[in-house]
Amino acid sequence: VPSLNDYLLLSAILFSIGTAGVFVRRNLITILLSVEIMLNAVNLSFVAFGRQLGNADGQIIVFFVMTVAAAEAAVGLAIVIALFRHRESLNPDAFTALKW
Amino acid sequence: MTLFYLFAAIAVGASLLVIAQRNPIYSVLLLIASFGALSGLYVLLDAPFVAVTQIIVYAGAIMVLFLFVVMLLNAAQEETGSGGRGHLKRHPGAMRLGAVLAVALAAELVWALTAINTSTSFPTTQMISVATIGRRLFTDYAFPFEVTSVLILVAMVGAVVMAKQEPAGGKR
Repeated sequence: VPSLNDYLLLSAILFSIGTAGVFVRRNLITILLSVEIMLNAVNLSFVAFGRQLGNADGQIIVFFVMTVAAAEAAVGLAIVIALFRHRESLNPDAFTALKW
Repeated sequence: MTLFYLFAAIAVGASLLVIAQRNPIYSVLLLIASFGALSGLYVLLDAPFVAVTQIIVYAGAIMVLFLFVVMLLNAAQEETGSGGRGHLKRHPGAMRLGAVLAVALAAELVWALTAINTSTSFPTTQMISVATIGRRLFTDYAFPFEVTSVLILVAMVGAVVMAKQEPAGGKR
């Protein structure tokens, strides 16, 4: 029977995959998708801990995390659209106007 | 037990392929598969409300938004163009350092979690019903719940303002 530790290990692996995506990829949309992977890994931790402690708090916090993720996706994709309109590129290295 | 490993394998494999894909459309579709596997894990954790919300909100709404933007921008060959690969060929060290950092993070997390070594199974508690979650949400968590509505309103207005097409004359 899988224990709390198994779920936490899976969550850690998924979070690391998301971190690797943010570091390695050079595409703004894939970077946003990697952030979603990280948010979901943390959600899995919350639900597993809530199951272990036997109360509803873990699931309620997941509800709030999902709301924040939806807001983040909407604003992030709007920024991506605005950037693409200016530079015709999704490479984050194309946006160096603030770099000294 | 076997269901846990099945869902875990699907989630990890699909997430790895999201990172490995060159085409963003495949990345989005694979991430939906990963979220479906996570939803199965939530069912195994006795959290059916979170599982259904995961499917409806994440796979149904947020990922469709991503897919919409990917198709709107029509930038499938972005990564293979001169912008993406050219940069990595000029600076391969930056990408390698990022991959090493991510592997180090994974190793540290796995080491820390195996060092705890509390492999006891979950306690047998009563399953938390949707009614309990709803009641807690509107009593103990009423203030954060209302703040969330303001957050969504701000995000909505912000997205519309930022993605708005500028008029041709430059004045609003």
